[in-house]
Amino acid sequence: MTKQHANWSPYDNNGGTCVAIAGSDYCVIAADTRMSTGYSILSRDYSKIHKLADKAVLSSSGFQADVKALQKVLKSRHLIYQHQHNKQMSCPAMAQLLSNTLYFKRFFPYYAFNVLGGLDEEGKGCVFTYDAVGSYERVGYGAQGSGSTLIMPFLDNQLKSPSPLLLPKQDSNTPLSEAEAVDLVKTVFASATERDIYTGDKLEIMILKADGIKTELMDLRKD
Amino acid sequence: MKLDTSGFETSVPTIGFGSSSDMLDELSSVPSFDLPHTKEFDGFQKKAVDMLKHAKGTTTLAFIFKGGVMVAADSRASMGGYISSQSVKKIIEINPYMLGTMAGGAADCQFWHRNLGIKCRLHELANKRRISVSGASKLLANMLYSYRGMGLSVGTMIAGWDETGPGLYYVDNEGGRLKGDRFSVGSGSPYAYGVLDSGYKYEMSVEEASELARRSIYHATFRDGASGGVASVYHVGPEGWTKLSGDDVGELHYHYYPVPPAIAEQVMEEATAE
Repeated sequence: MTKQHANWSPYDNNGGTCVAIAGSDYCVIAADTRMSTGYSILSRDYSKIHKLADKAVLSSSGFQADVKALQKVLKSRHLIYQHQHNKQMSCPAMAQLLSNTLYFKRFFPYYAFNVLGGLDEEGKGCVFTYDAVGSYERVGYGAQGSGSTLIMPFLDNQLKSPSPLLLPKQDSNTPLSEAEAVDLVKTVFASATERDIYTGDKLEIMILKADGIKTELMDLRKD
Repeated sequence: MKLDTSGFETSVPTIGFGSSSDMLDELSSVPSFDLPHTKEFDGFQKKAVDMLKHAKGTTTLAFIFKGGVMVAADSRASMGGYISSQSVKKIIEINPYMLGTMAGGAADCQFWHRNLGIKCRLHELANKRRISVSGASKLLANMLYSYRGMGLSVGTMIAGWDETGPGLYYVDNEGGRLKGDRFSVGSGSPYAYGVLDSGYKYEMSVEEASELARRSIYHATFRDGASGGVASVYHVGPEGWTKLSGDDVGELHYHYYPVPPAIAEQVMEEATAE
């Protein structure tokens, strides 16, 4: 007697790509705005970037319903933190909170591929990259989502920073200027859009600096 | 989509256990293999691999010698065939005198080691003394045993220095816990064992031991596709742990096997002569 398998899955993949680059005093977080299901486009204007705190911005691709639920949990936990500690959460603190939140659903995971970007306690840019169940590490740059396999090798080529594991320790942040980093992100998304069907429509770029957050929107191919 | 799998079925019925007359039948029949009972035949393999999620392929090792405990690991994390990271921290600092290594699911290892660190600190506060390596590894093993069969993937070594001297335990997701003085865990462990076992002497100095550890990791990354990145080496002594080295294995290769400039020139000459 063969086991009956469910023909309904609780998950769906809404596609999309997210990228983040950490600089000496800035952090660039970018994501496309296409939300799709299978071969259909649900929206050309869906933002995958969410501000969690002044210095921490989350960008997630994957199943957007799970992303929305995850975002709500993090927002409420941040509010509690603010009440208890009278200050905003720092990016490394938010990074660990996100990791724990993801792991608590280890046996029914959030189908969310996250990149967290922001500024650390010293004002330097920081990017944290995650897998679906919460393992995380601080990196100089990261990409997640359907176009990540197209983008990562190129970022490795342009930005390959020394591993944080090397001894003597070397800084993993990119030496690029803010303008160069934004330009790189635009280039990289334009290329990914050419070869990934789930990436396109518009590119939303958020630049985080000590004095505030700037947002830029760029058109991508809509086919 | 229902695939036509009639070509996979054999005409010969399966053999009963221990009947010798069926041996010839076994040899002559077309081998049949189990197909997954799923409607989505194409996506099944991907789903199975995806469930492993990160860092199943790895090389970690630890050994006890006269000078304490030496712990080393690579830093590659792979998701199926894609290298998702070359800079994963596989040696986790539980507290200033205890280290844990990571092999298996990255999230599982990270979370449970962090949890273990918290438990160790609570023990310290409750009992006014540091927890032993034996105690810490038992805490972890018991936690993992209670999640047995639920799909956690953890193959870790707890290394530290306590009142009884150096301690090394291997703990895995089945709830197994082994005390020993030489372990290597991961897909690259056979290669690491080869180098480690042949060069090991209890009376080694710290420098010799760290070089042996580094070499073992390097050789494992050379032969195992799922291991690579940076070879980190830590030493645990009576005062706690210190990180001794972190070397890119690509550069280590040319450090151990430099390309002799003379031979390179020779090859070039032969090519132009032809």
